[in-house]
Amino acid sequence: MTDAPLVQVTGLRRVFDVSKPWLDRVVAREPRQTLKAVDGVSFEIRRGETFALVGESGSGKSTVARMVVGLLPPSAGEVVIDGVSMTDRKDAARRARLRRRIQMIFQDPYASLDPRWRVGDIVAEPIRAFNLARDRREVEHRVGEGLKLVGLDPADARKFPHEFSGGQRQRIAIARALAAESDFIVCDEPTSALDVSVQAQILNLMRDLQDRLGLTYLLISHNLAVVRHMATTIGVMYLGRLVEVSPARDVFAAPRHPYTRMLLDAVPDLAMSGRPRTPVQGEIPNPIAPPSGCTFHPRCGLADERCRREAPATIEGVACHAVAEGRAGAARPARAAGG
Amino acid sequence: MTPEPATTPTAAARASAWARLRDSDILASFLASKVTMVSAFVTVVMLAGAAFAPWIAPTNPFDPASVDLLNSLLPPRWVEGGDPQFLLGTDNQGRDLWSAILYGMRVSLIVGVCGVAIAATLGISLGLLAGYLGGRLDAFIMRVADIQLTFPAILIALVIDGVVRALFKGVAREHTAFGVLVVSIGLSFWVQYARTIRGSTLVEKNKDYVQAARLIGIPAPLIMLRHVLPNVIGPVLVILTINLALAIITEATLSFLGVGLPPTQPSLGTLIRIGNDFLFSGEWWIVAFPGITLAAFVLAVNMVGDWLRDALNPKLR
Amino acid sequence: MTQPVLSVRDLKVDFVTRRGTLKALDGVSFDIARGEVLGVVGESGAGKSVTGAAVIGLIEPPGRISGGEILLGGQRIDDLPPAAMRRIRGRRIGMVFQDPLTSLNPLYRVGDQIVETILTHLPVGRAEARRRAIDLLKEVGIPAAERRIDGYPHEFSGGMRQRVVLALALCAEPELVIADEPTTALDVSVQAQIIGLIKRLCAERGTAVMLITHDMGVIAETADRVAVMYAGRVAEIGPVRDVVKRPFHPYSRGLMGSIPTLEGTADRLVQIPGSMPRLAAIPSGCAFHTRCPHAFAQCWLERPEPMEHEGHRVACFLYEPGMESARARADRIPADSPPVPTEEAKP
Repeated sequence: MTDAPLVQVTGLRRVFDVSKPWLDRVVAREPRQTLKAVDGVSFEIRRGETFALVGESGSGKSTVARMVVGLLPPSAGEVVIDGVSMTDRKDAARRARLRRRIQMIFQDPYASLDPRWRVGDIVAEPIRAFNLARDRREVEHRVGEGLKLVGLDPADARKFPHEFSGGQRQRIAIARALAAESDFIVCDEPTSALDVSVQAQILNLMRDLQDRLGLTYLLISHNLAVVRHMATTIGVMYLGRLVEVSPARDVFAAPRHPYTRMLLDAVPDLAMSGRPRTPVQGEIPNPIAPPSGCTFHPRCGLADERCRREAPATIEGVACHAVAEGRAGAARPARAAGG
Repeated sequence: MTPEPATTPTAAARASAWARLRDSDILASFLASKVTMVSAFVTVVMLAGAAFAPWIAPTNPFDPASVDLLNSLLPPRWVEGGDPQFLLGTDNQGRDLWSAILYGMRVSLIVGVCGVAIAATLGISLGLLAGYLGGRLDAFIMRVADIQLTFPAILIALVIDGVVRALFKGVAREHTAFGVLVVSIGLSFWVQYARTIRGSTLVEKNKDYVQAARLIGIPAPLIMLRHVLPNVIGPVLVILTINLALAIITEATLSFLGVGLPPTQPSLGTLIRIGNDFLFSGEWWIVAFPGITLAAFVLAVNMVGDWLRDALNPKLR
Repeated sequence: MTQPVLSVRDLKVDFVTRRGTLKALDGVSFDIARGEVLGVVGESGAGKSVTGAAVIGLIEPPGRISGGEILLGGQRIDDLPPAAMRRIRGRRIGMVFQDPLTSLNPLYRVGDQIVETILTHLPVGRAEARRRAIDLLKEVGIPAAERRIDGYPHEFSGGMRQRVVLALALCAEPELVIADEPTTALDVSVQAQIIGLIKRLCAERGTAVMLITHDMGVIAETADRVAVMYAGRVAEIGPVRDVVKRPFHPYSRGLMGSIPTLEGTADRLVQIPGSMPRLAAIPSGCAFHTRCPHAFAQCWLERPEPMEHEGHRVACFLYEPGMESARARADRIPADSPPVPTEEAKP
């Protein structure tokens, strides 16, 4: 293993055209409308770690995930995985080889498995696609092993997805992701469609698999508690921008960006610790017409003229004028470090 | 409000396809509807009649040797002047009407099935391509579909018939009529399939199982065939049944107008056209029996189609 | 002791299907006092939403209330004719659902919907009703309420819509508000605001609240007492602080342990083996026995009734008098131990 990060994302940007159809636009004399779903996002993921992207709806975290795995071409910027550019045309041959190692787990286990396929065929699809087995018996053997790995019975291969509960389906999806012997798994809200006790089973499974197989995760989640449980590094997104990247421990012990602080204060206090919290203000603006300057300024208690005018650059992992200028005060300990 | 987990049947109960059918709501809704059961019975009897026509029919109406002009225009057996040899009477060429109807059903069905098969194949392929690939191809296919809808089937048939006649001047109409009919029906009915398939494809292609397949590098044509098609094909079954009835009517209309099959290989429509000439001279049976058969078959197939649509639609259940 | 606002006694709801009768609720009992927030928590299939629907008389065929009674302010409401129930809904029971758009008609101005509700249920004139509607919108935190009252639902953001729904639920001054997953569709930062609002408004007005949610965090923030539901029954009901910090029922213990928290340090979450049983296959005796690490013979055979234990009502044989030693033993077994194998425990 080298020290070089497994994944390097630089200046990633994605613009969607959300204009009305051409004729409607001409009739209503409206200009084209674009939505900057992701705007200048850069981060690195080290081997074997869990990098989490958190944010609320419209933050662009899922768009980043889809660009990283290559399901969505970026408008600008570059994704480099293990030294191979996923966005550069020249690297096509090496990219094809790399593709096997990158897989994804989706949010809705009811939509991520083809309802007409047997579980065995679903898990076997990547094995066949990448020619990882010599004959049918080896495919079957591998499928059985994969199902065992995620806590299912190899005999389940003959069943259809609708015969399984949500949690079991998510296990099948994990088995499929691992079937290609991949080592970098992008997990897009893997447990948000599941009940809490099932969520616990899946999160435990994901951790066990990481320990056993040395997996690297990019975890997309809106649930800070899940992120707290899983992540080693956390990136906080707001309206398409990465506002803070810090080690997980620091984010929860001493959040720096005002938005991170607000987000933490918004999480219900399950431990009933009675920790002091600032009431949350406002809602996420319409991403089609985001606020000027720092997009968080209308909801930020520290905003001043400069925040309204110019977008902050990322300095030491935080994109905030107030933090850079030292106006944000000491990083407020939201709770005891390390719990 | 319904309790969420109640709808998922146990894994064990799903052992075989037969057990699944026996367990399904579809069979229950079939058994609950008397009209559907009767319609299905009528459909099956008529299909069997058409399929086994050579064995059931007393004579072969396509065989000139078995036809005697002296027997022409005889009324049905129970009417005065009827010959016990001819159950439903005879037509102007002395053909046994009962046999002609059985054989005519056969011809009508073959034309209908082939026409619908062409329409479905064309429509499904174009709908799948338009929905999955999107963009300009989608816009182009769907505009063509819109234009297509402004031409009635009869007009298309007349145009094709004219073109074929001009191209194959020496060939007898008997040999071209079948092809002209099938292609006309195919070209008139594909739009409905294309629209339905395109709509479902737009939904399915954004589902994560398609994304998962893309992620492991499965090429687009394979994804369309293996993943998308099986999941969008359901509603097509309903259109197929209803379209079959429509296609048979269209064939009858075309044959009635003289663009269809020639009197030497009569379909139900041809028989009705022949009968129409004798309607006012009192020989009502030549038009009545083929007409009743056509109406009954179309009605029965439509009823089955309607039920299928309701039974497969989770919103109506 | 004063009379509870809502009293549900041994409520049973069945769903009649072709394959037999499914018991969605099987003997659910609880009270909600004036000004109290009762959290009803459970995983999907536990029956929490069915409970809410039964209270507001919205159980639709094939479902039916097959036993027990529901009392609103001492008056029995489960056997009222539909017309009488319609008058109670909106007037005496306000409703907030997960999706604000199910409560708001997209074709009407939000103000008109509130004004109509007030006029239907309260003896006031139109001008007075509009004044009250504006006050209420201000109170739920709609900026520029005088102007926004004439807006249509689509002109409001998700959080603002849910505020309008809350105003709509409260406008006829009901005794009880039923909130079914009111914050599930919202972002965390908006959720926190709505929770705070529900809690404050109902406390000020003395409105009782039945808060149905799968999110234990929301319950911990809002509720006074909490009922944990499992497979159509109430497993445990008690003061929220106790249930969250020191749950008694083995299911509540597993459930609480399985939730990741911001404070949590455990490497692994507690995981209850298996999943919630389907209605068609609810186990005999205690419905949880197939997943319970403490189950013994009686659990297979008999169904435990809720019993008082240190201020909770717990439906578990471990809390019967005379079970102290078994309880002490159970306390030493981690909540995520595998269930007792059938062969050993089966009588």
